[in-house]
Amino acid sequence: MSDLLDISILIDYQDVYWKGFFITLKASVFALILSFILGVIIAVFRISTVKSLRWFGTAYVEYIRNIPLLILVFVFYNGLPSIGVNLDSFMAGGLGLGIYTSAFIAEAIRAGIQSVPKGHVEAARSSGLTYLQTMRFVVLPQAIKIVLPPLGNQFINLVKNSSIFGVIAGGDLMYQADIINSETFQTVSVYLFVALFYLLLTIPLSLFVNYLERRLARAY
Amino acid sequence: MDFVGAYSPENLGFLMEGLMITLRVAVISIVFSFAIGLIIAVLRYARIPVLSQLLFLWVELIRNLPLLLIMFFTFFALPEIIRIDLSAEEAVILALVLFESALISEIIRGGLASIPKGQLEAARSSGLGYVQTLRFVVVPQALRRMIPPLVSQFISLLKDTSLGIIVALDDLMHNGQIIYNHDFGYVFPTLILVATIYFVINYSLSLLAGRLEKKLSV
Repeated sequence: MSDLLDISILIDYQDVYWKGFFITLKASVFALILSFILGVIIAVFRISTVKSLRWFGTAYVEYIRNIPLLILVFVFYNGLPSIGVNLDSFMAGGLGLGIYTSAFIAEAIRAGIQSVPKGHVEAARSSGLTYLQTMRFVVLPQAIKIVLPPLGNQFINLVKNSSIFGVIAGGDLMYQADIINSETFQTVSVYLFVALFYLLLTIPLSLFVNYLERRLARAY
Repeated sequence: MDFVGAYSPENLGFLMEGLMITLRVAVISIVFSFAIGLIIAVLRYARIPVLSQLLFLWVELIRNLPLLLIMFFTFFALPEIIRIDLSAEEAVILALVLFESALISEIIRGGLASIPKGQLEAARSSGLGYVQTLRFVVVPQALRRMIPPLVSQFISLLKDTSLGIIVALDDLMHNGQIIYNHDFGYVFPTLILVATIYFVINYSLSLLAGRLEKKLSV
């Protein structure tokens, strides 16, 4: 085992690992913001009273949830250049990952809002609150407690899924690992150390989501 | 965009060959992930000292790593440790089973935990052994509640087989990419077709799960 695990790789290539780490982080934050904005819009479509918006929201969620992330990334990475629109790897990966995750975020938000009993909405409306006030003061404060843990889990998935940047030379941890590996041929060590860098991101996030789940379950 | 060229009989046949590999890898991985996930969940549920804690650490470790990394590991790094070369298909199946069995075990554990303790006590005091209690009382009820999240996980697994392209597994995604690398005009038509094939399979699965859930609900 000692010849398989070579700690000097972690020391010699720490700059490369950190570079990948920060690109993974940047990609995750970019995709998170995009997916959150899109997710909120689609969730609003899904609960809208306008039939065509509802239909569009449902079609969007069902289609995107049921196809591989890789296809969405390839649409931006291979598809757009084929019709003359060129994006760099980061944009292609970020758009693909953001759109993919938005479908899951939309579902989490929709489920949370619909979990608030109808009676609350009716009571609020009949006591004189407008639709927006009802949303702002009655529905959303209750929904957020239900929505936060699944949103947190989606964000963890998003961080893990950002490894797809490695497939399109996006400069992230997986990509940097490939580079270190091609220079050192110490495959076992190289990828074990990459795992450590991913855990550095995902373990604190997981602990935070666990904390949220326990905390919000207690809040009632 | 050249739909006619992209959808030539040879290309469609080539995609079907890829689809068969995708389905084979998915089915084998689902069977093994479910079996291993069930074992992990039951062992953790039984609270066997040391073993339960080790399994907890294992599940948390795997859950917090990207599948792509695990796949790289089983294909490129693992052969250096065990000194056995794995084919692309074997490495992909191994990675999928390692990753998905951890996630499935969490779903099953949640399902088992949702069965009230009173039922366990009632079964035990009416003379059933621990294994019998699990087999006839806890697992059948828990399984019913687990169907929706389990099917979502199976759909995830089927989608994740597409990551096999990094080790050149000749699945649907990989064959699609080979086709569209021939001609710029083929890119969109091929991506649309490949996406739709995945969609039809996965969406049918989720509809089926919905019907199964209704049928089994009491």
